[in-house]
Amino acid sequence: MIEEEPVSLHEAPTRTMNMIEAINDALDIMMARDPDMVILGEDVGYFGGVFRATAGLQKKYGRNRVFDSPINECGIIGAAVGMAAYGLRPVPEIQFADYIYPGLDQLISEAARMRYRSAGDFTAPLTVRSPFGGGIFGGQTHSQSPEALFTHVAGLKTVIPATPHDAKGLLIAAIEDNDPVIFFEPKRIYNGPFDGYYDNPSKTWKAHPGGKVPEGYYAIPLGKARIVREGAALTVLSYGTMIHVAEAVLAAKGVDAEIIDLRTLVPLDIETVQASVEKTGKCLVIHEATRTSGFGAELSALVQERCFYHLEAPVERVTGFDTPYPHSLEWAYFPGPVRIGEAVDRLMKD
Amino acid sequence: MAKDHVGSSHPRSNLPPLSLHVPEPRYRPGDAVDYSHLEITVAGEQDRPDETCPASDTWPLCNDLIRVLNEDHVAVGPWDPKLDPETLRRILRAMALTRAFDDRMYRGQRQGKTSFYMKSTGEEATAVCCAFALDREDMVFPSYRQQGLLIARGYPLVDMVNQIYSNRADRLKGRQLPVMYSAREYGFFTISGNLATQFPQAVGWAMASAIKGDTRISSAFIGEGSSAEGDFHAAMTFAAVYNAPVVLNIVNNQWAISSFSGFAGAERATFAARAAGYGIAGLRVDGNDVLAVYAAFRWAADRARANAGPTLIEHFTYRAEGHSTSDDPSAYRSVQEREEWPLGDPVHRLAQHLIALGEWSQEQQAAMDREVAEEVRAATKEAEKNGILGHGMHHPFHTMFEDVFEELPWHLEEQAEQAIRERQTKFPEWKAEPLERKS
Repeated sequence: MIEEEPVSLHEAPTRTMNMIEAINDALDIMMARDPDMVILGEDVGYFGGVFRATAGLQKKYGRNRVFDSPINECGIIGAAVGMAAYGLRPVPEIQFADYIYPGLDQLISEAARMRYRSAGDFTAPLTVRSPFGGGIFGGQTHSQSPEALFTHVAGLKTVIPATPHDAKGLLIAAIEDNDPVIFFEPKRIYNGPFDGYYDNPSKTWKAHPGGKVPEGYYAIPLGKARIVREGAALTVLSYGTMIHVAEAVLAAKGVDAEIIDLRTLVPLDIETVQASVEKTGKCLVIHEATRTSGFGAELSALVQERCFYHLEAPVERVTGFDTPYPHSLEWAYFPGPVRIGEAVDRLMKD
Repeated sequence: MAKDHVGSSHPRSNLPPLSLHVPEPRYRPGDAVDYSHLEITVAGEQDRPDETCPASDTWPLCNDLIRVLNEDHVAVGPWDPKLDPETLRRILRAMALTRAFDDRMYRGQRQGKTSFYMKSTGEEATAVCCAFALDREDMVFPSYRQQGLLIARGYPLVDMVNQIYSNRADRLKGRQLPVMYSAREYGFFTISGNLATQFPQAVGWAMASAIKGDTRISSAFIGEGSSAEGDFHAAMTFAAVYNAPVVLNIVNNQWAISSFSGFAGAERATFAARAAGYGIAGLRVDGNDVLAVYAAFRWAADRARANAGPTLIEHFTYRAEGHSTSDDPSAYRSVQEREEWPLGDPVHRLAQHLIALGEWSQEQQAAMDREVAEEVRAATKEAEKNGILGHGMHHPFHTMFEDVFEELPWHLEEQAEQAIRERQTKFPEWKAEPLERKS
């Protein structure tokens, strides 16, 4: 575990990057630092990945360390578990989170339990990177947000960045972590923050403070949330793309909300969550994933258990609907400004 | 409910009805067994291509059966590994020790000392020969019936018993079902308990060794039944694509609990024949012929080490006992199968070979059997000092929450405190050891 953010973080020169460039930078830095790190996945080699996250890395580090894989997620993760057992630090890419299911047994029954079942004889320090989430007209097989499945598994850590700055620092921490980490990248905000108003022209990361990425090595500790905006009227718990949507909607409504970017779902920064809800007395949980048994249910339960006597209103959940992600009606599915706005109104009335 | 369109109520009159084939084994309880349909090849007649040959040179062997020991217990043909008598006696002893261990642990389960056990009776040659043919540093990814490998590599019997009893000296802290050992120092990968998952992992380990320019190889075991899993296909594809230095073994012992090999495709093709579809080397070997099994392992290991690629070996053998202590095979198969098995017993056949060489005797065999039984008995007694399952002598209570992650996160700390509180409510005298915080 990284104990602290390097002191140079605030002094290091920064460069504007989109999230893909930040992830590529993190991978590049770690490949250079750790000769045992390898990258494998579909199209990640010569081509550099369908989203370009591994662009240039094969050329720089060679085919032995950055290579294409068969289209077989069971094999990608299974082989990565074996490589990790050997002593390598594999960082497999699953091209879309929607494709990860054939590899679930290798993650759930194997990687997650390797340390426990062998009492530390073998471990599985791998980081599975995968783009997730919708808003790109990906239909039901290129838009899913399956993070809750992984938070339900003992032994896995689940990390989701919301800015290029965090993507780089969190990915470096994930790769250095000695436990298996699922690293979901919100692909809707690869190229710029998305505020949920899909009719507006898209933005780039240039104007966003999270797009200023420090040069060089830095790690953001797993299990530490980020307070995006301090506020007194309402606590918003979210992660990934929905952080930006929440910011825009709460600003438009003029509500003095405290917005917390969880960054790591497991282990969760419960202290930051609890302190905020005790301060504001109101809690809104937002995620894009389907509602039933989503991570919002866990957050809602935790807040209720720990902050019940501070709550002034029921905890609200804003989520995707319990349907597959539709293609043509994508924006009807997406938990956008109207759905969030309604929940805020309910919380703020009286 | 939608209207039912399934079934023959709307036949298309001039087409023959389709029929489903559900495999059925030849013999069920009470049936007389006749193995004349099995093609038992003549020992010594199988070609032995060079280890670095094109994979296709091996494919005829995938529909053959490599055998070295003939009916007179003499080693014949090009696959004879020409092992010296001392090595043969060591292999014999490792197999006998494995069998004695199995017998004692089976009885221990029946006596209530543990919850579960799995014997490898009749299949000892596959695991033991792997240990002798591979290097000590090579990593093996076993399934649950390769205890012979651990025994042949000299892992302390007492540690195996401790694991089976899940007692306070269990190196796995009482977390795993009996026989799911883990022994990195002995090149023995942690056994999952789920099936086939270790196959792609072994390929990944071999790929890692090749990435690092190492000289070590890996090997994996799977049953013929679980070769139906997708993991098998994943492993074969990755092994072929990356020319991984790995020896992949299918132990075809004919039965997967009550499902005969036909449910994994044995009615259509041999298991070894799958090698051809992936373009890798394949061998099919009499799994009860120690010399043939050793030779096949050695060939495949040498091939892998020469960067000539992976090999799939089908070990054709027979599961002489039940799947586990929870299984009663007399409920689904004929007891005659074991008695009539045409490839005999691997321990007996090796002993007969040594006797034929003038290097062994019935008396020595009987003395060795007594010696290994005593060795197992002593290990069992030693392990029992550390407790048997369910008698309180387990690892410290809080170890239940350790090793989920490298460090204990807050939610597990809270749950550990809860568990300790429950324990103290039930047993007021009980005192908890302090939680080990590694952070």
